[in-house]
Amino acid sequence: MTQLPPPTTKKLGLVIDLDTCVGCHACVISCKGWNTENYGAPLSDQQAYGADPSGTFLNRVHSYEVQPEQGAAQLIHFPKSCLHCEDAPCVTVCPTGASYKRVEDGIVLVNESDCIGCGLCAWACPYGARELDAKEGVMKKCTLCVDRIYNENLPEEDRQPACVRTCPAGARHFGDLGDESSDVSKLVAERGGFDLMPEQGTKPVNKYLPPRPKDEIPQFDILAPYLEPVASDGKGFVGWLDKALSALPGGAR
Amino acid sequence: MHPASSVIIFNTFSGLGFGLLFWLGMGALVPTGVGAFIWFAIAYVLAVGGLIASTFHLGHPERALKAFSQWKTSWLSREGVCAVFALLVMALYGAALVFADTRLTLAGFVGAIASLGVVFTTSMIYTQMKTVPRWRHWTTPAMYLLLSVGGGALLANQPYIAAGLLAVAGILQVFAWRSGDTRFAQSGTDMATATGLGHIGKVRAFEPPHTGTNYLMREFIHQVGRKHAYRLRIITLGLGFALPVLLLVFFFDNHIIAAIAILSHIAGVLALRWLFFAQAEHVVGLYYGKR
Repeated sequence: MTQLPPPTTKKLGLVIDLDTCVGCHACVISCKGWNTENYGAPLSDQQAYGADPSGTFLNRVHSYEVQPEQGAAQLIHFPKSCLHCEDAPCVTVCPTGASYKRVEDGIVLVNESDCIGCGLCAWACPYGARELDAKEGVMKKCTLCVDRIYNENLPEEDRQPACVRTCPAGARHFGDLGDESSDVSKLVAERGGFDLMPEQGTKPVNKYLPPRPKDEIPQFDILAPYLEPVASDGKGFVGWLDKALSALPGGAR
Repeated sequence: MHPASSVIIFNTFSGLGFGLLFWLGMGALVPTGVGAFIWFAIAYVLAVGGLIASTFHLGHPERALKAFSQWKTSWLSREGVCAVFALLVMALYGAALVFADTRLTLAGFVGAIASLGVVFTTSMIYTQMKTVPRWRHWTTPAMYLLLSVGGGALLANQPYIAAGLLAVAGILQVFAWRSGDTRFAQSGTDMATATGLGHIGKVRAFEPPHTGTNYLMREFIHQVGRKHAYRLRIITLGLGFALPVLLLVFFFDNHIIAAIAILSHIAGVLALRWLFFAQAEHVVGLYYGKR
Protein backbone atom coordinates (compact mmCIF):
# COMPACT_ATOMS: atom_id res chain seq x y z
CA MET A 1 0.00 0.00 0.00
CA THR A 2 1.53 3.32 -0.99
CA GLN A 3 -0.01 5.28 1.85
CA LEU A 4 2.78 6.19 4.23
CA PRO A 5 2.50 4.57 7.66
CA PRO A 6 2.16 6.83 10.71
CA PRO A 7 5.60 8.02 11.87
CA THR A 8 7.50 4.89 12.86
CA THR A 9 9.18 4.73 16.26
CA LYS A 10 12.08 2.73 14.92
CA LYS A 11 13.98 4.64 12.22
CA LEU A 12 16.83 2.58 10.86
CA GLY A 13 19.27 4.59 8.80
CA LEU A 14 22.80 5.70 8.12
CA VAL A 15 24.95 8.49 9.47
CA ILE A 16 27.66 9.52 7.00
CA ASP A 17 30.69 11.43 8.19
CA LEU A 18 31.87 13.87 5.52
CA ASP A 19 34.92 14.67 7.66
CA THR A 20 36.19 11.10 7.59
CA CYS A 21 35.19 9.87 4.13
CA VAL A 22 38.28 9.51 1.96
CA GLY A 23 36.38 8.90 -1.28
CA CYS A 24 37.72 5.38 -1.88
CA HIS A 25 34.38 4.09 -3.29
CA ALA A 26 34.71 0.81 -1.33
CA CYS A 27 31.09 1.27 -0.15
CA VAL A 28 29.97 1.56 -3.80
CA ILE A 29 31.67 -1.71 -4.69
CA SER A 30 30.54 -3.68 -1.63
CA CYS A 31 26.98 -2.40 -2.11
CA LYS A 32 26.91 -3.50 -5.72
CA GLY A 33 28.56 -6.81 -4.86
CA TRP A 34 26.07 -7.71 -2.12
CA ASN A 35 22.93 -6.37 -3.78
CA THR A 36 23.52 -7.77 -7.25
CA GLU A 37 23.26 -11.32 -5.92
CA ASN A 38 20.79 -11.01 -3.04
CA TYR A 39 17.51 -9.07 -2.57
CA GLY A 40 15.60 -8.75 -5.86
CA ALA A 41 16.81 -8.41 -9.43
CA PRO A 42 20.56 -8.13 -10.09
CA LEU A 43 22.11 -4.70 -10.66
CA SER A 44 22.87 -4.86 -14.35
CA ASP A 45 25.62 -3.15 -16.31
CA GLN A 46 25.42 -2.07 -19.93
CA GLN A 47 28.62 -2.19 -22.00
CA ALA A 48 30.68 -2.58 -18.84
CA TYR A 49 33.84 -2.91 -20.92
CA GLY A 50 32.61 -0.95 -23.94
CA ALA A 51 32.91 2.63 -25.10
CA ASP A 52 29.95 3.95 -23.11
CA PRO A 53 29.74 1.99 -19.85
CA SER A 54 26.78 2.50 -17.54
CA GLY A 55 25.01 0.51 -14.85
CA THR A 56 22.70 0.45 -11.87
CA PHE A 57 24.15 1.49 -8.51
CA LEU A 58 22.35 1.99 -5.20
CA ASN A 59 25.13 4.08 -3.72
CA ARG A 60 27.32 6.63 -5.49
CA VAL A 61 30.13 8.83 -4.20
CA HIS A 62 30.31 12.39 -5.51
CA SER A 63 33.22 14.75 -4.82
CA TYR A 64 32.74 18.47 -4.27
CA GLU A 65 35.13 21.38 -4.09
CA VAL A 66 34.10 23.96 -1.50
CA GLN A 67 35.80 27.35 -1.68
CA PRO A 68 35.56 29.37 1.56
CA GLU A 69 35.67 33.19 1.54
CA GLN A 70 39.27 32.98 2.73
CA GLY A 71 41.81 30.21 2.65
CA ALA A 72 42.28 27.12 0.56
CA ALA A 73 39.49 25.19 -1.14
CA GLN A 74 38.39 21.91 0.49
CA LEU A 75 37.67 18.65 -1.29
CA ILE A 76 34.75 16.77 0.21
CA HIS A 77 33.76 13.25 -0.78
CA PHE A 78 30.03 12.75 -0.61
CA PRO A 79 28.48 9.25 -0.61
CA LYS A 80 24.77 9.28 -1.45
CA SER A 81 22.15 6.54 -1.28
CA CYS A 82 18.47 6.32 -0.25
CA LEU A 83 17.82 8.45 2.86
CA HIS A 84 14.74 6.38 3.90
CA CYS A 85 12.69 9.58 4.32
CA GLU A 86 9.85 9.81 6.85
CA ASP A 87 7.72 11.67 4.29
CA ALA A 88 8.96 9.68 1.33
CA PRO A 89 7.49 11.26 -1.84
CA CYS A 90 8.58 8.20 -3.85
CA VAL A 91 6.13 6.00 -1.93
CA THR A 92 2.92 7.99 -2.40
CA VAL A 93 3.34 8.51 -6.17
CA CYS A 94 3.59 4.77 -6.88
CA PRO A 95 0.48 3.66 -8.81
CA THR A 96 0.77 -0.06 -8.00
CA GLY A 97 1.72 -0.17 -4.33
CA ALA A 98 5.14 -1.64 -5.18
CA SER A 99 6.90 1.16 -3.29
CA TYR A 100 6.36 1.07 0.45
CA LYS A 101 7.76 2.18 3.79
CA ARG A 102 7.96 -0.51 6.45
CA VAL A 103 6.03 0.12 9.65
CA GLU A 104 8.40 -1.90 11.83
CA ASP A 105 11.67 -0.08 11.04
CA GLY A 106 10.96 2.67 8.49
CA ILE A 107 12.96 1.08 5.66
CA VAL A 108 11.70 2.12 2.18
CA LEU A 109 11.54 -0.85 -0.18
CA VAL A 110 10.27 -1.83 -3.64
CA ASN A 111 8.27 -4.99 -4.16
CA GLU A 112 9.75 -5.75 -7.56
CA SER A 113 7.02 -8.18 -8.66
CA ASP A 114 4.50 -5.29 -8.48
CA CYS A 115 6.73 -2.65 -10.10
CA ILE A 116 5.64 -1.62 -13.62
CA GLY A 117 8.79 0.46 -14.16
CA CYS A 118 6.99 3.75 -14.78
CA GLY A 119 9.81 5.69 -13.14
CA LEU A 120 7.57 8.14 -11.28
CA CYS A 121 9.17 7.36 -7.90
CA ALA A 122 12.56 8.31 -9.31
CA TRP A 123 11.02 11.57 -10.57
CA ALA A 124 9.64 12.29 -7.10
CA CYS A 125 12.95 11.63 -5.32
CA PRO A 126 15.06 14.81 -5.03
CA TYR A 127 18.20 12.84 -4.13
CA GLY A 128 18.55 10.55 -7.14
CA ALA A 129 18.34 7.53 -4.85
CA ARG A 130 16.34 5.36 -7.25
CA GLU A 131 17.53 3.95 -10.54
CA LEU A 132 15.48 2.00 -13.07
CA ASP A 133 17.45 -1.09 -14.02
CA ALA A 134 17.91 -1.09 -17.80
CA LYS A 135 17.89 -4.91 -18.02
CA GLU A 136 15.10 -5.83 -15.59
CA GLY A 137 12.85 -2.79 -16.11
CA VAL A 138 12.16 -2.45 -12.39
CA MET A 139 13.14 0.24 -9.91
CA LYS A 140 16.18 -0.47 -7.74
CA LYS A 141 17.08 1.30 -4.54
CA CYS A 142 19.01 0.90 -1.28
CA THR A 143 17.34 -1.71 0.96
CA LEU A 144 19.55 -0.81 3.92
CA CYS A 145 20.70 -4.41 3.37
CA VAL A 146 17.46 -5.68 4.89
CA ASP A 147 18.73 -9.18 4.03
CA ARG A 148 21.87 -8.69 6.19
CA ILE A 149 20.77 -6.71 9.23
CA TYR A 150 18.25 -9.33 10.43
CA ASN A 151 20.10 -12.35 8.97
CA GLU A 152 20.87 -14.83 11.72
CA ASN A 153 22.93 -16.95 9.33
CA LEU A 154 25.58 -14.24 9.34
CA PRO A 155 28.03 -13.66 12.21
CA GLU A 156 26.80 -10.80 14.39
CA GLU A 157 29.45 -8.32 13.20
CA ASP A 158 28.20 -8.77 9.62
CA ARG A 159 24.61 -7.89 10.49
CA GLN A 160 24.91 -4.35 9.19
CA PRO A 161 24.67 -2.83 5.71
CA ALA A 162 27.48 -3.90 3.36
CA CYS A 163 28.63 -0.29 2.87
CA VAL A 164 29.01 0.24 6.62
CA ARG A 165 30.74 -3.10 7.14
CA THR A 166 33.30 -2.39 4.43
CA CYS A 167 34.13 1.30 5.03
CA PRO A 168 37.86 1.38 5.88
CA ALA A 169 37.68 4.94 7.23
CA GLY A 170 34.79 4.37 9.64
CA ALA A 171 32.86 7.11 7.88
CA ARG A 172 29.56 5.22 7.78
CA HIS A 173 27.44 4.37 10.81
CA PHE A 174 24.25 2.31 10.99
CA GLY A 175 21.62 2.37 13.72
CA ASP A 176 18.21 3.45 14.98
CA LEU A 177 17.81 7.20 14.57
CA GLY A 178 14.40 7.05 16.25
CA ASP A 179 16.08 6.07 19.53
CA GLU A 180 17.68 9.13 21.17
CA SER A 181 20.04 6.99 23.23
CA SER A 182 21.48 5.09 20.26
CA ASP A 183 25.10 5.63 19.22
CA VAL A 184 24.08 7.13 15.87
CA SER A 185 21.67 9.59 17.50
CA LYS A 186 24.38 10.70 19.94
CA LEU A 187 26.81 11.13 17.06
CA VAL A 188 24.30 13.31 15.20
CA ALA A 189 23.68 15.44 18.31
CA GLU A 190 27.41 15.83 19.06
CA ARG A 191 28.57 16.66 15.57
CA GLY A 192 25.58 18.67 14.31
CA GLY A 193 24.30 16.14 11.80
CA PHE A 194 22.15 17.68 9.07
CA ASP A 195 19.52 16.80 6.43
CA LEU A 196 20.01 17.08 2.67
CA MET A 197 17.58 19.50 0.96
CA PRO A 198 15.49 20.08 4.12
CA GLU A 199 13.30 22.50 2.12
CA GLN A 200 11.94 19.58 0.08
CA GLY A 201 10.06 18.46 3.19
CA THR A 202 11.01 14.80 2.89
CA LYS A 203 12.35 14.49 6.48
CA PRO A 204 15.25 12.16 5.64
CA VAL A 205 16.24 9.61 8.29
CA ASN A 206 19.87 9.42 7.11
CA LYS A 207 22.02 12.23 8.46
CA TYR A 208 25.30 13.76 7.28
CA LEU A 209 28.03 14.98 9.64
CA PRO A 210 29.74 18.18 8.46
CA PRO A 211 33.51 18.35 7.82
CA ARG A 212 35.35 19.68 10.87
CA PRO A 213 36.91 23.17 10.47
CA LYS A 214 40.40 23.01 8.98
CA ASP A 215 43.36 23.97 11.17
CA GLU A 216 45.13 27.26 10.41
CA ILE A 217 48.82 26.69 9.62
CA PRO A 218 50.79 28.81 12.15
CA GLN A 219 53.74 30.92 10.89
CA PHE A 220 56.64 29.22 12.63
CA ASP A 221 59.38 29.34 9.95
CA ILE A 222 62.31 31.24 11.50
CA LEU A 223 64.05 31.49 8.10
CA ALA A 224 61.10 33.27 6.47
CA PRO A 225 62.34 36.83 7.16
CA TYR A 226 65.61 35.99 5.42
CA LEU A 227 63.81 34.70 2.34
CA GLU A 228 61.95 37.91 1.46
CA PRO A 229 61.69 38.56 -2.30
CA VAL A 230 64.65 40.26 -3.92
CA ALA A 231 64.74 44.06 -3.43
CA SER A 232 62.85 45.97 -6.13
CA ASP A 233 65.33 48.83 -6.54
CA GLY A 234 67.63 47.04 -8.99
CA LYS A 235 70.81 48.68 -10.19
CA GLY A 236 72.87 48.51 -13.39
CA PHE A 237 71.68 46.54 -16.42
CA VAL A 238 68.88 44.75 -14.52
CA GLY A 239 67.63 48.07 -13.18
CA TRP A 240 67.60 49.55 -16.68
CA LEU A 241 65.84 46.48 -18.09
CA ASP A 242 63.22 46.68 -15.35
CA LYS A 243 62.49 50.34 -16.11
CA ALA A 244 62.53 49.84 -19.88
CA LEU A 245 60.11 46.90 -19.78
CA SER A 246 57.81 48.70 -17.35
CA ALA A 247 57.67 51.69 -19.69
CA LEU A 248 56.31 49.59 -22.56
CA PRO A 249 52.52 49.64 -23.06
CA GLY A 250 50.99 47.13 -20.63
CA GLY A 251 54.15 47.00 -18.53
CA ALA A 252 54.11 46.47 -14.74
CA ARG A 253 53.98 49.41 -12.24
CA MET B 1 13.76 16.01 -17.97
CA HIS B 2 14.19 13.56 -20.81
CA PRO B 3 11.50 14.22 -23.44
CA ALA B 4 10.32 10.62 -24.07
CA SER B 5 8.45 10.44 -27.38
CA SER B 6 5.88 7.96 -26.01
CA VAL B 7 4.86 10.40 -23.27
CA ILE B 8 4.81 13.38 -25.64
CA ILE B 9 2.54 11.46 -28.04
CA PHE B 10 0.30 10.40 -25.15
CA ASN B 11 -0.04 13.93 -23.76
CA THR B 12 -0.74 15.47 -27.16
CA PHE B 13 -3.17 12.99 -28.70
CA SER B 14 -4.99 11.75 -25.60
CA GLY B 15 -5.51 15.39 -24.63
CA LEU B 16 -7.16 16.05 -28.02
CA GLY B 17 -9.18 12.82 -27.87
CA PHE B 18 -10.58 13.48 -24.39
CA GLY B 19 -11.20 17.11 -25.41
CA LEU B 20 -13.31 15.88 -28.34
CA LEU B 21 -15.14 13.45 -26.04
CA PHE B 22 -15.84 16.39 -23.71
CA TRP B 23 -17.60 18.36 -26.48
CA LEU B 24 -19.43 15.26 -27.73
CA GLY B 25 -20.63 14.53 -24.19
CA MET B 26 -21.72 18.13 -23.61
CA GLY B 27 -23.84 17.96 -26.75
CA ALA B 28 -21.97 20.66 -28.69
CA LEU B 29 -22.66 18.39 -31.63
CA VAL B 30 -25.14 15.49 -31.52
CA PRO B 31 -24.40 13.16 -34.44
CA THR B 32 -26.41 9.99 -34.93
CA GLY B 33 -25.99 6.72 -36.84
CA VAL B 34 -22.90 6.31 -39.00
CA GLY B 35 -21.93 9.96 -38.46
CA ALA B 36 -21.85 9.38 -34.72
CA PHE B 37 -19.76 6.24 -35.25
CA ILE B 38 -17.13 8.22 -37.16
CA TRP B 39 -17.00 11.03 -34.57
CA PHE B 40 -16.62 8.62 -31.67
CA ALA B 41 -14.10 6.49 -33.58
CA ILE B 42 -11.88 9.57 -34.10
CA ALA B 43 -12.10 10.47 -30.40
CA TYR B 44 -11.37 6.91 -29.25
CA VAL B 45 -8.45 6.40 -31.65
CA LEU B 46 -6.84 9.58 -30.28
CA ALA B 47 -7.60 8.97 -26.60
CA VAL B 48 -6.91 5.22 -26.49
CA GLY B 49 -4.01 5.42 -28.96
CA GLY B 50 -2.32 7.95 -26.70
CA LEU B 51 -2.93 5.79 -23.63
CA ILE B 52 -1.42 2.76 -25.38
CA ALA B 53 1.59 4.85 -26.47
CA SER B 54 2.13 5.87 -22.85
CA THR B 55 2.59 2.23 -21.83
CA PHE B 56 5.63 1.95 -24.16
CA HIS B 57 7.85 3.73 -21.64
CA LEU B 58 6.99 1.22 -18.88
CA GLY B 59 9.50 -1.40 -17.84
CA HIS B 60 6.72 -3.96 -17.31
CA PRO B 61 3.57 -2.97 -19.26
CA GLU B 62 2.10 -6.44 -18.66
CA ARG B 63 1.58 -5.48 -15.00
CA ALA B 64 -0.31 -2.28 -15.91
CA LEU B 65 -3.55 -3.55 -14.32
CA LYS B 66 -1.92 -3.21 -10.88
CA ALA B 67 -1.74 0.56 -11.49
CA PHE B 68 -5.47 0.94 -10.79
CA SER B 69 -5.05 0.04 -7.12
CA GLN B 70 -3.42 3.07 -5.46
CA TRP B 71 -5.90 5.83 -6.30
CA LYS B 72 -5.85 7.03 -2.68
CA THR B 73 -2.38 8.56 -3.02
CA SER B 74 -1.13 8.28 -6.62
CA TRP B 75 -2.18 10.69 -9.38
CA LEU B 76 -1.03 8.16 -11.98
CA SER B 77 -3.38 5.58 -10.49
CA ARG B 78 -6.23 8.14 -10.38
CA GLU B 79 -5.56 8.95 -14.04
CA GLY B 80 -5.93 5.27 -14.96
CA VAL B 81 -9.20 4.87 -13.01
CA CYS B 82 -10.58 8.11 -14.45
CA ALA B 83 -9.64 7.13 -18.01
CA VAL B 84 -11.37 3.74 -17.83
CA PHE B 85 -14.48 5.31 -16.28
CA ALA B 86 -14.64 8.11 -18.88
CA LEU B 87 -14.14 5.70 -21.80
CA LEU B 88 -16.83 3.30 -20.53
CA VAL B 89 -19.43 6.03 -19.92
CA MET B 90 -18.74 7.69 -23.28
CA ALA B 91 -18.92 4.29 -25.00
CA LEU B 92 -22.43 3.88 -23.57
CA TYR B 93 -23.36 7.44 -24.65
CA GLY B 94 -21.87 6.88 -28.12
CA ALA B 95 -23.51 3.47 -28.59
CA ALA B 96 -26.93 4.97 -27.81
CA LEU B 97 -26.35 7.64 -30.48
CA VAL B 98 -25.03 5.20 -33.10
CA PHE B 99 -27.50 2.37 -32.68
CA ALA B 100 -30.62 3.92 -31.12
CA ASP B 101 -30.44 7.57 -32.26
CA THR B 102 -30.95 8.41 -28.61
CA ARG B 103 -29.07 11.01 -26.59
CA LEU B 104 -28.49 9.91 -22.99
CA THR B 105 -28.01 13.47 -21.71
CA LEU B 106 -26.93 12.57 -18.17
CA ALA B 107 -24.42 9.94 -19.35
CA GLY B 108 -23.03 12.56 -21.75
CA PHE B 109 -22.48 15.12 -19.00
CA VAL B 110 -20.92 12.55 -16.66
CA GLY B 111 -18.65 11.31 -19.46
CA ALA B 112 -17.68 14.88 -20.39
CA ILE B 113 -16.71 15.76 -16.82
CA ALA B 114 -14.83 12.45 -16.46
CA SER B 115 -12.95 13.22 -19.72
CA LEU B 116 -11.78 16.51 -18.24
CA GLY B 117 -10.93 14.55 -15.09
CA VAL B 118 -8.53 12.39 -17.09
CA VAL B 119 -6.73 15.48 -18.41
CA PHE B 120 -6.65 17.05 -14.94
CA THR B 121 -5.27 13.92 -13.24
CA THR B 122 -2.61 13.67 -15.97
CA SER B 123 -1.56 17.26 -15.34
CA MET B 124 -1.36 16.63 -11.58
CA ILE B 125 1.22 13.86 -12.12
CA TYR B 126 3.56 16.65 -13.21
CA THR B 127 2.25 19.43 -10.97
CA GLN B 128 2.81 17.38 -7.79
CA MET B 129 6.57 17.06 -8.43
CA LYS B 130 8.32 19.25 -5.88
CA THR B 131 11.54 18.10 -7.51
CA VAL B 132 10.70 19.92 -10.77
CA PRO B 133 9.95 23.52 -9.77
CA ARG B 134 8.92 24.56 -13.31
CA TRP B 135 5.95 22.17 -13.23
CA ARG B 136 4.83 22.84 -9.68
CA HIS B 137 2.43 25.69 -10.49
CA TRP B 138 -1.29 26.22 -11.21
CA THR B 139 -0.50 27.00 -14.85
CA THR B 140 0.35 23.32 -15.47
CA PRO B 141 -3.20 21.93 -14.94
CA ALA B 142 -4.70 25.13 -16.42
CA MET B 143 -2.73 24.67 -19.66
CA TYR B 144 -3.52 20.96 -19.88
CA LEU B 145 -7.25 21.65 -19.53
CA LEU B 146 -7.26 24.64 -21.90
CA LEU B 147 -5.32 22.77 -24.58
CA SER B 148 -7.62 19.77 -24.29
CA VAL B 149 -10.93 21.66 -24.52
CA GLY B 150 -9.48 24.11 -27.07
CA GLY B 151 -8.06 21.38 -29.30
CA GLY B 152 -11.22 19.31 -28.73
CA ALA B 153 -13.39 22.23 -29.89
CA LEU B 154 -11.18 22.57 -32.97
CA LEU B 155 -11.76 18.89 -33.80
CA ALA B 156 -15.47 19.13 -32.91
CA ASN B 157 -15.97 21.82 -35.54
CA GLN B 158 -16.71 24.63 -33.07
CA PRO B 159 -14.66 27.40 -34.72
CA TYR B 160 -15.52 30.36 -32.48
CA ILE B 161 -15.23 28.46 -29.21
CA ALA B 162 -11.95 26.92 -30.40
CA ALA B 163 -10.55 30.30 -31.51
CA GLY B 164 -11.43 31.88 -28.15
CA LEU B 165 -10.02 29.02 -26.06
CA LEU B 166 -6.81 28.74 -28.11
CA ALA B 167 -6.24 32.51 -27.94
CA VAL B 168 -6.53 32.38 -24.14
CA ALA B 169 -4.32 29.27 -24.04
CA GLY B 170 -1.61 31.00 -26.11
CA ILE B 171 -1.53 33.99 -23.77
CA LEU B 172 -1.48 31.73 -20.68
CA GLN B 173 1.33 29.66 -22.21
CA VAL B 174 3.49 32.78 -22.57
CA PHE B 175 2.85 33.55 -18.89
CA ALA B 176 3.59 29.92 -17.91
CA TRP B 177 6.93 30.04 -19.75
CA ARG B 178 7.96 33.43 -18.38
CA SER B 179 7.06 32.62 -14.78
CA GLY B 180 8.54 29.13 -15.09
CA ASP B 181 11.92 30.48 -16.15
CA THR B 182 12.66 31.80 -12.66
CA ARG B 183 10.92 29.15 -10.57
CA PHE B 184 13.95 26.87 -10.10
CA ALA B 185 15.97 29.76 -8.68
CA GLN B 186 13.04 30.73 -6.43
CA SER B 187 12.52 27.18 -5.14
CA GLY B 188 15.30 27.60 -2.56
CA THR B 189 16.98 24.36 -3.61
CA ASP B 190 20.55 24.81 -4.80
CA MET B 191 23.92 23.10 -4.48
CA ALA B 192 24.31 24.51 -0.98
CA THR B 193 21.13 22.83 0.36
CA ALA B 194 21.69 19.70 -1.76
CA THR B 195 25.08 19.05 -0.18
CA GLY B 196 24.59 20.90 3.13
CA LEU B 197 28.07 22.35 2.62
CA GLY B 198 27.02 25.92 1.85
CA HIS B 199 28.06 27.17 5.30
CA ILE B 200 31.73 26.51 4.43
CA GLY B 201 31.80 28.28 1.10
CA LYS B 202 30.87 28.04 -2.55
CA VAL B 203 30.17 24.43 -3.63
CA ARG B 204 31.31 23.16 -7.02
CA ALA B 205 30.96 19.64 -8.42
CA PHE B 206 34.56 18.44 -8.62
CA GLU B 207 34.27 14.84 -9.74
CA PRO B 208 31.15 12.84 -10.68
CA PRO B 209 30.61 9.38 -9.13
CA HIS B 210 31.41 7.61 -12.40
CA THR B 211 33.25 8.40 -15.60
CA GLY B 212 30.24 7.31 -17.65
CA THR B 213 26.62 8.35 -17.66
CA ASN B 214 23.79 6.75 -15.68
CA TYR B 215 19.99 6.43 -15.48
CA LEU B 216 19.64 9.61 -13.41
CA MET B 217 21.62 11.71 -15.88
CA ARG B 218 19.77 10.28 -18.89
CA GLU B 219 16.34 10.74 -17.32
CA PHE B 220 16.69 14.05 -15.46
CA ILE B 221 19.48 16.11 -17.01
CA HIS B 222 18.58 17.15 -20.54
CA GLN B 223 20.66 20.04 -21.75
CA VAL B 224 20.72 19.26 -25.47
CA GLY B 225 18.26 21.35 -27.43
CA ARG B 226 17.57 23.89 -24.70
CA LYS B 227 19.58 26.40 -26.69
CA HIS B 228 16.80 26.36 -29.30
CA ALA B 229 14.13 26.91 -26.66
CA TYR B 230 13.40 30.49 -27.69
CA ARG B 231 12.89 29.59 -31.36
CA LEU B 232 10.78 26.58 -30.40
CA ARG B 233 8.57 28.80 -28.26
CA ILE B 234 7.95 31.05 -31.26
CA ILE B 235 7.18 28.00 -33.43
CA THR B 236 4.80 26.69 -30.75
CA LEU B 237 2.95 29.98 -30.50
CA GLY B 238 2.72 30.35 -34.26
CA LEU B 239 1.64 26.84 -35.21
CA GLY B 240 -0.20 25.85 -32.05
CA PHE B 241 -2.20 29.01 -31.42
CA ALA B 242 -1.81 32.02 -33.75
CA LEU B 243 -2.26 30.27 -37.13
CA PRO B 244 -5.26 28.11 -36.07
CA VAL B 245 -6.99 31.10 -34.45
CA LEU B 246 -6.52 33.27 -37.58
CA LEU B 247 -7.67 30.49 -39.90
CA LEU B 248 -10.74 29.81 -37.73
CA VAL B 249 -11.74 33.46 -37.51
CA PHE B 250 -11.39 34.21 -41.23
CA PHE B 251 -12.26 30.88 -42.88
CA PHE B 252 -14.63 29.33 -40.32
CA ASP B 253 -16.75 27.42 -42.84
CA ASN B 254 -14.05 25.87 -45.02
CA HIS B 255 -13.32 22.23 -44.18
CA ILE B 256 -9.90 22.10 -45.89
CA ILE B 257 -8.78 25.21 -44.02
CA ALA B 258 -10.10 23.61 -40.80
CA ALA B 259 -7.98 20.52 -41.48
CA ILE B 260 -4.91 22.74 -41.95
CA ALA B 261 -5.73 24.49 -38.68
CA ILE B 262 -5.95 21.12 -36.90
CA LEU B 263 -2.63 19.85 -38.32
CA SER B 264 -0.92 23.14 -37.48
CA HIS B 265 -2.30 22.99 -33.93
CA ILE B 266 -1.09 19.40 -33.46
CA ALA B 267 2.40 20.32 -34.68
CA GLY B 268 2.46 23.28 -32.30
CA VAL B 269 1.31 21.18 -29.34
CA LEU B 270 3.94 18.51 -30.07
CA ALA B 271 6.63 21.23 -29.91
CA LEU B 272 5.01 22.60 -26.75
CA ARG B 273 5.08 19.20 -25.06
CA TRP B 274 8.69 18.63 -26.10
CA LEU B 275 9.60 21.93 -24.45
CA PHE B 276 7.50 21.01 -21.40
CA PHE B 277 9.89 18.14 -20.70
CA ALA B 278 13.15 19.37 -22.23
CA GLN B 279 13.06 22.67 -20.32
CA ALA B 280 11.97 21.18 -17.00
CA GLU B 281 14.92 20.93 -14.62
CA HIS B 282 15.01 18.31 -11.87
CA VAL B 283 16.78 19.19 -8.61
CA VAL B 284 18.85 15.97 -8.75
CA GLY B 285 20.94 17.65 -11.47
CA LEU B 286 22.43 19.82 -8.72
CA TYR B 287 24.35 16.82 -7.38
CA TYR B 288 26.06 16.65 -10.77
CA GLY B 289 26.62 20.41 -10.98
CA LYS B 290 24.19 20.47 -13.89
CA ARG B 291 20.61 21.49 -14.52
